[in-house]
Amino acid sequence: MFENLSDRLRAVTERLRGRGRLTEDNIRDAVRDVRRALIEADVALPVVKDFVARVRVRALGTEVSRSLNPGQVFVKVLHQELTSTLADGAAPLNLRQAPPVIILLAGLQGAGKTTTAGKLALYLRERERRKVLLTSTDVRRPAAILQLERLAAANETAFVPPPGPESTPLEIVESALDSARRQQADVVIVDTAGRSRVDEALLEELKQLHGRLMPAETLFVVDSMAGQDALNAARAFTETVSLTGIVLTKADGDARGGVALSVKAVTGCPIKFIGTGEGSAALEAFHADRMASRILGMGDVVGLVEEVQRKVDQEKAQKLAAKVSKGQGFDLEDMRDQLSQIMGMGGLAGVLDKLPLPGVSADKLAGQMDGKLITRQVAIINSMTPRERRQPRIIDGSRRRRIAAGAGLPVQDVNRLLKQYGDMQKMMKRVSKGGGMKRMLRGFPGLGR
Amino acid sequence: MGADGRTWGSGLAKLYHSTMPPETTEAARPRSGFFSRLRDKLGGSRLAGALGLLPGRPLDDELAEELETELLLADVGVDAAAEIIEQLRRRGAREGFADAEAARSALRDTITAMLASHSRPLAIPDRPRPFLVLMVGVNGAGKTTTIGKLARRFTDQGLKVMLAAGDTFRAAAVEQLQVWGERNGVPVVAQQPGADPAAVVYDAFQAAQARGIDVLLADTAGRLQNKEHLMQELIKVVRVVRKLDPSAPHEIMLVLDASQGQNAVNQARQFHEAVGLTGITMTKLDAGGRGGVLLAIARQLDVPFRFIGVGEQAADMDAFDAGEFAAALLPASS
Repeated sequence: MFENLSDRLRAVTERLRGRGRLTEDNIRDAVRDVRRALIEADVALPVVKDFVARVRVRALGTEVSRSLNPGQVFVKVLHQELTSTLADGAAPLNLRQAPPVIILLAGLQGAGKTTTAGKLALYLRERERRKVLLTSTDVRRPAAILQLERLAAANETAFVPPPGPESTPLEIVESALDSARRQQADVVIVDTAGRSRVDEALLEELKQLHGRLMPAETLFVVDSMAGQDALNAARAFTETVSLTGIVLTKADGDARGGVALSVKAVTGCPIKFIGTGEGSAALEAFHADRMASRILGMGDVVGLVEEVQRKVDQEKAQKLAAKVSKGQGFDLEDMRDQLSQIMGMGGLAGVLDKLPLPGVSADKLAGQMDGKLITRQVAIINSMTPRERRQPRIIDGSRRRRIAAGAGLPVQDVNRLLKQYGDMQKMMKRVSKGGGMKRMLRGFPGLGR
Repeated sequence: MGADGRTWGSGLAKLYHSTMPPETTEAARPRSGFFSRLRDKLGGSRLAGALGLLPGRPLDDELAEELETELLLADVGVDAAAEIIEQLRRRGAREGFADAEAARSALRDTITAMLASHSRPLAIPDRPRPFLVLMVGVNGAGKTTTIGKLARRFTDQGLKVMLAAGDTFRAAAVEQLQVWGERNGVPVVAQQPGADPAAVVYDAFQAAQARGIDVLLADTAGRLQNKEHLMQELIKVVRVVRKLDPSAPHEIMLVLDASQGQNAVNQARQFHEAVGLTGITMTKLDAGGRGGVLLAIARQLDVPFRFIGVGEQAADMDAFDAGEFAAALLPASS
């Protein structure tokens, strides 16, 4: 499935190759295929439509650098948008309240609330050094309360059982609050019965519990394998009890987990944790970028995006290398590009890799560059008019003074830059006539002196 | 249909609906079963406003897209939805649809036809004894609850039922099964937590043989299908019990949660590869999810669909019925 998706995205990008900027036309296929990918990942359909529309708006009008194709740019924008949407409002558990701080867990049957309650208790004790108390109001599912009691015992966490065999959920939480005050617990985690979004009575019960407990955190526990209806479920829950966070369970499975985006979109709550196994320690912080890659088709797409970013530098380097070896048309714009790339690190190494330089270590050369000098030289070129950059011959004394003033540097620096430029040009002519590449490099600023 | 087609379209559709004779398809006939309860719970169509007139015409693009959207919202999946709509389109080109409701009805027929060959209820034959049903599935799918319901069902049929607590991993899973045993008055064979599930099922099978049990329902721990070692554990359960009866387990039933999406396809495929499924039961069809992923599974695997679960009580279960499932998946627009 993952392979299919990345293949498809590659197909999209290849279809779009060679077209220079993002238009409705050249991203139409990409938009359609990404929509399909998101639906296959179980992102709820209304969220898919909304999300893709938003990304499309952002992507349109994006200028596409000549070394990229529209499909790649679209994927890049989409991945960024997905990551930032998932990361939006990220916040740790809110424990800054007068103790006992209450954490209420809610969700559908089988989502993993009880297991999550056990994991959270262990997490709070081990990582946050809190005194935790667990209780369960699930009087519906057979042995659900016993399950939590066993988990608590296994993790050596305090557990408050129901006061009587026929206790109501409200009586159970009263008793738990009582114990929490007496035992001076920092945090009380309240597990609840699983309920379907269409079960009015159970939603009402949850509302009552919420009203009584006034929890600092009301976490919606949701299965990573959940499908389209998760959107409606999340909406029903957040309308009932105003959720504050999401826990995504069973994330160690192979589901694409599109539900993360659906639930995020409808509740606006941060995803606080992911469950990654059956053991009580298998609770991890949520990473939006990883989740975004997974929803889109795991690491393949991220790899593609990174490849796209690397490609920008590479193609610039290739172009420069081509110009350098031709020894012609090398103007101050090119020099600035080259200097900027050197500042961006790795740029020069990229350039040098493209040149046939026996016995010269590209990394070593790049390491010799003087960062400040380069910054000043770029400032000087930036102070020139475009015409001056293309035709450095026209730069007379008056222009030199103006450029120096614009860059905030003495006019001698401008002179030095122009001399270096002249040297580089001469070198390149020699290179193109068969001169040695090593000698040519002496012309590069800061090199070979 | 114009931009405002939704408003007048729905009015006309309603008019048509009230003046036309009742639909003759299975799907539209009023029922008192679980599916009608389900439909009541879920309310009417999400497409209620999107229908217009198509007098004897082929399926138009707008309606096709609306119907496809509805399928996708029911977790049918991109490929299966596209295939179903394509079939509907071909039928529309051949026969034409009088109106949008006719197209919906035809779509239900198409879905029913796709599911019909999978709709094979689980009947316990006279032999062999004990008849071993092994329940498998991911965590939280509803295996234990389904066992409780099956125990009730088979007991009502006059069969002697026994339960085996093969989930030795999850805290209190044994006690959960024992509660179901008590409710149905059937014995439960269990060992200590952490015991080898293969040994539990083996011992339970021996006990069932000794006590003349008709049906042995064996629970197993929930496992995600991509956990190789847990799938191996399941394979071992099957291998070990075959030492007592080479034809056992007589049913290996995958339990799928209707609120899950396309991952259910992976579940079905990978459990099938590991242990060879002979049945699929879908749970929680009352919770909002429509379980359309069964259509995607039906295209890929020839495994019978056995039961649907629609609640938490012992009686909240019904045999799978293709027509009823289609009707619940794509309710008549109201």
